Amino acid sequence: MLLEVENLCVNYGHIEAIRDISFGVKEGSITSLIGANGAGKTTTLKTISGLRKVRQGKVVFDGKDITHLPPYERVKLGISQSPEGRGCFPGMTVRENLDMGAYVRNDRRSAAYLSDLDRVFELFPRLKERISQTAGTMSGGEQQMLAIGRALMAKPRLILLDEPSMGLAPKFIQQIFSIITEINHQGTTVLLVEQNAAQALKRSDSAHILETGAIVRSGTGRELAGDDSVRAAYLGGDV
Amino acid sequence: MSKTPAVKKLTGSLGERVASLPKPVKIGLWVAFAVLAYALPLLEPPFISPPGTDFGGVLFTVTIYCLVALGLNIVVGYAGLLDLGYVGFYAVGAYTAAILTTFHANWPLLLALPMAVLASTISGVLLGWPTLRVRGDYLAIVTLGFGEIIRLVAVNTEWLGASKGINDIARPPGKALFEIPHLNWESGVPLLDFNDTTKFIEFGVLDQIPYYWMGLTVVILVLFADRLIKDSRVGRAWEATREDEDAAELMGVPTFRFKLLAFATGAFIGGLAGALYASRQSFINPLSFLLLFSIMFLAAVVIGGQGNRWGVLVGAVVVAYLPERFREFTDFRVLVFGAALMALAIFRPEGLLPPRRTVRAKQSEAEIEALEEGAEGEETSRV
Repeated sequence: MLLEVENLCVNYGHIEAIRDISFGVKEGSITSLIGANGAGKTTTLKTISGLRKVRQGKVVFDGKDITHLPPYERVKLGISQSPEGRGCFPGMTVRENLDMGAYVRNDRRSAAYLSDLDRVFELFPRLKERISQTAGTMSGGEQQMLAIGRALMAKPRLILLDEPSMGLAPKFIQQIFSIITEINHQGTTVLLVEQNAAQALKRSDSAHILETGAIVRSGTGRELAGDDSVRAAYLGGDV
Repeated sequence: MSKTPAVKKLTGSLGERVASLPKPVKIGLWVAFAVLAYALPLLEPPFISPPGTDFGGVLFTVTIYCLVALGLNIVVGYAGLLDLGYVGFYAVGAYTAAILTTFHANWPLLLALPMAVLASTISGVLLGWPTLRVRGDYLAIVTLGFGEIIRLVAVNTEWLGASKGINDIARPPGKALFEIPHLNWESGVPLLDFNDTTKFIEFGVLDQIPYYWMGLTVVILVLFADRLIKDSRVGRAWEATREDEDAAELMGVPTFRFKLLAFATGAFIGGLAGALYASRQSFINPLSFLLLFSIMFLAAVVIGGQGNRWGVLVGAVVVAYLPERFREFTDFRVLVFGAALMALAIFRPEGLLPPRRTVRAKQSEAEIEALEEGAEGEETSRV
């Protein structure tokens, strides 16, 4: 397991956001967390990236206990998060945002850096067209792409994607999931949080369903997509 | 490409045109500009030189405001931390210089200056350590309190001269090497006036021009340092932290450390400005460090365009110079000044010279274009 979450509990004040969550992410896989609004998906991701403090439990990355590491240390270990919604730096241009993504790298003038930049532009040609546009002036979908591209620039081993399909036009949703699969094929492990369960389950090696802060079902993407109760609750029954 | 470079040059703004000049020309322009700035109080140009007041003294005050604006710009403009008590650091610098050169010791100013800067930097770290963990409005309140606490401590502590203040603060060391005549414009044509000269370089009581030269030199040094920091990893970390703190952490930026660094750097420059001010004034008391000054300093930064070093310099000139220039309107000048600030807030909400974040982006665009053209070139040569 590249990432192991063990008996994790996180509070906001006195409110339990997640309680006693345990799951693992296998190296090279796509794992998704599915659930409704407020189920604790984003909190789980933020806890893995270090933005939220753990009340109880452990986060282990590549055999190392990272439960109490600050976020900036976790980036150096290879965990990179694309935040939910408009998580870009609004006053910076596309290029500056991507450069910020590579903040932990020290090879900004190397050929390897430029080829990573090219890789992001291949995945998201739109970003190349907008390279000197300020991120704050772009559409929600474009900002979403930028946030993912920026996370990739850190060359992570594990990328955390928070609702990548949010704010996208329906015809782009399919596309963004193809891109996520492509990122995974290029060797990055993906942990995905989604409300769009149909697409996420189709692409995932394994998936966990969250309800009010706890995992209620786990399985492979295919299993869950074929399960009647999951279909009824998350896939609108007739998908 | 839709436009040729020549067309771009014509349509570009003045700033862009200056930026596109070849490097030697640019350096030449800056040197000419600096020489003009140094010579300004000797030239005494008729309209610019304020009537009835000492031009050198006014210009010195302007340089102190410039210094303070540059320092506060790092805190407010770069790191996005609203500091309403910046005068506190200025006071710590001034008081340290006063205590060490006259009140409790007899150090020469050049030894006291580093200590003054050190003291204000430490006060910045001490204030920042507990408070920079809170965000936004709370920080403004805490810093507001800090500025007032420093002043009230000074008022109530005999050891700091209490409300009487401290006299006889050491002046910078100087040696009169030669005299430079001023220009006299009374006849309508500028003439060298050998009855009105400035000793190079003697820091006396009457002639304020040497202090101005000293202040201007420090401003230029700080400008260079500011440029180095802004274009470094530190500058980018500040920018990211200001825009989105969580996202900055996710990029690997230890935001707390960088905020503390911004605070300490700002305090360093503020303390330096305070110590220089105390040395010129030779006398300080708590009235020199009222809350009003924090607000004026912040006004300079905001009016000029927070985040742009040239902008805040313009802001400092507006805030420090205009009220002096229009001193003949007596009390009305404050009214006019207030109205001018309101007009600026309405018509230039981002400041007179807002930061140009686009410059670097344009460079990177050019880089990539060049790369692509290079790649295409290879392909065609293969064909």
